[in-house]
Amino acid sequence: MIQALRAVIVALAVAGPAQAQLSIEIVGGGADQIPIAIVPFAGEAALQPGVTEVIEADLARSGRFRTLYTGPQNPPVNEATRVDLAGWRSRTADALVVGGVYPAPGGRYEVRFRLYDVPKQVSLGGLAYTITPAQARATAHRIADFIYEKLTGDRGVFSTRIAYVVKAGSRFQLQIADADGANSQTAMISNEPIMSPTWSPDGTRLAYVSFEAKKPVVYVHSVATGQRQAAAGFRGSNSAPAWSPDSKQLAVALSREGGTQLFLLNADGSNLRRLTSSPSIDTEPHFSPDGQWIYFTSDRGGSPQIYRVSTGGGGAERVTFSGDYNVSPRLSPDGKTLVFVTRNAGRFYVAALDLETRQTQVLTDGGRDESPSFAPNGKMILYAANDGGRGVLAATSSDGRVKQRLSVPAADVREPAWGPYPAN
Amino acid sequence: MRKILLAATMTIVLAGCQSTPEAEKPAGVEDRTPGAATKPPAAATRPVAPTTLGGNPLKDPSSILSKRTIYFDFDRDDIKAEFVPVVEAHGKYLRENRGAKMLIQGNADERGSREYNLALGQRRSEAVKKRLMVLGATEPQIESVSLGEEKPMCVDHDEGCWYKNRRGDMLYGGEF
Repeated sequence: MIQALRAVIVALAVAGPAQAQLSIEIVGGGADQIPIAIVPFAGEAALQPGVTEVIEADLARSGRFRTLYTGPQNPPVNEATRVDLAGWRSRTADALVVGGVYPAPGGRYEVRFRLYDVPKQVSLGGLAYTITPAQARATAHRIADFIYEKLTGDRGVFSTRIAYVVKAGSRFQLQIADADGANSQTAMISNEPIMSPTWSPDGTRLAYVSFEAKKPVVYVHSVATGQRQAAAGFRGSNSAPAWSPDSKQLAVALSREGGTQLFLLNADGSNLRRLTSSPSIDTEPHFSPDGQWIYFTSDRGGSPQIYRVSTGGGGAERVTFSGDYNVSPRLSPDGKTLVFVTRNAGRFYVAALDLETRQTQVLTDGGRDESPSFAPNGKMILYAANDGGRGVLAATSSDGRVKQRLSVPAADVREPAWGPYPAN
Repeated sequence: MRKILLAATMTIVLAGCQSTPEAEKPAGVEDRTPGAATKPPAAATRPVAPTTLGGNPLKDPSSILSKRTIYFDFDRDDIKAEFVPVVEAHGKYLRENRGAKMLIQGNADERGSREYNLALGQRRSEAVKKRLMVLGATEPQIESVSLGEEKPMCVDHDEGCWYKNRRGDMLYGGEF
């Protein structure tokens, strides 16, 4: 036991950035991209990184924008300038962002910007933030969120975070990074495997499975403080935690009564009750966004397929029918699309099932793709892929058109989980 | 002789089990350090210990009980004929050594969902547990768990490796 404790070093989330940074490569490109010009923010050299590069990278990564090179303007322009929108139109920009960074009292800076709809020749608004230099990147993500929402109508996810597991040598690290892979921090290091991290919908905790006790046990880990507690450590195996939408309950797969069956319990481990009773494997529970259903994987029909059961109990309904291996169900935030992993000729892909039309679309082409996780706006899906025998993270737009790849040099990255919108 | 060996082994296994909860030991002052017996050992008893250790069938490479791993076919959890003698030997050992405790770790190959693979490994460890209980082991002696695909013995992406990773490991108290 002491040894097991020693094997697990719990690092506070406030610890410095890890050396293993994720780097991102955009693989595909979407149609109907909005051409946008972002004039380099005046005075941004005072900040590291500058805000313009972060905004541009965010928008490009979404696959919904094409950034146009503007270069420095003469005469200089900023959010207060009367800009020549007709002139920008001739440069094929549909949207224009101008702004600046200005010194403020107390070592702070004010970041101001304005967004224009060029064809309509109107301002779509702007904002001002007073920040410390350390908030430069986060502020740039906020500005990118504003631009994305104004121009696409969907909420941006550039200020969200992701969690994932890195295996380097025989060490396992649970890491948390910004959605663009920057600022990765280690929440936990262990000599034993860590799997299935999943964010509480309120963004304060991660539930995951750790093997530090030489068997799978479900833990709940507070991200800000590093405090952790075994939520399900029953006799046998404890796995596959899923949060209820109100962040109060977990659905888990337990073998305490034989087989692998679904149970519900409170996030502190209390109030355990059994949800399914079958002679088959029932695992990978996932709550529907309205909290009414739990989607899960079961081989009760002979091959693993996705089923759903009411959180109140009762009989299960089968959801997937085509193919002989459909696992890892995840619902889009609007509840209309089910993504899952499907096997075809011995290879594994992420697919999406429209629950209304019953149309299935295979979204990925890696062959060893698994662990899908929706962005909170439902527009991107993060998943685990394989590149030459090494685990990498990948993301696809929900229509399959845009792909990104996120990798850490010389390490295996797996088990991604996209976090919720930030609280404020 | 055989009985003596078994009894000695049992003592070792029990001792292994009991050594963990340090806090539960009586609050005596003199004998808190492990190994520091209250009375000095008689000189004649000292050479006996190595003989006993060498006779532990769980560690003796010539004993079938030193074999702890069994392998499974793809998507299967039935115990193949070649591994039945190993499982039977351990079932008999657990029946004859009620103080012995076992952890069975089931494993799966890397293909497919990690969580589903954890459930497949669980099915394998439970198949071993069931067989051991048929042979007379008792439920409280055996905990069956799964490591899924997380602890592969072999890391190549082919059937030769996958077979080695679809395994069940039988570990006794003190061995994990």
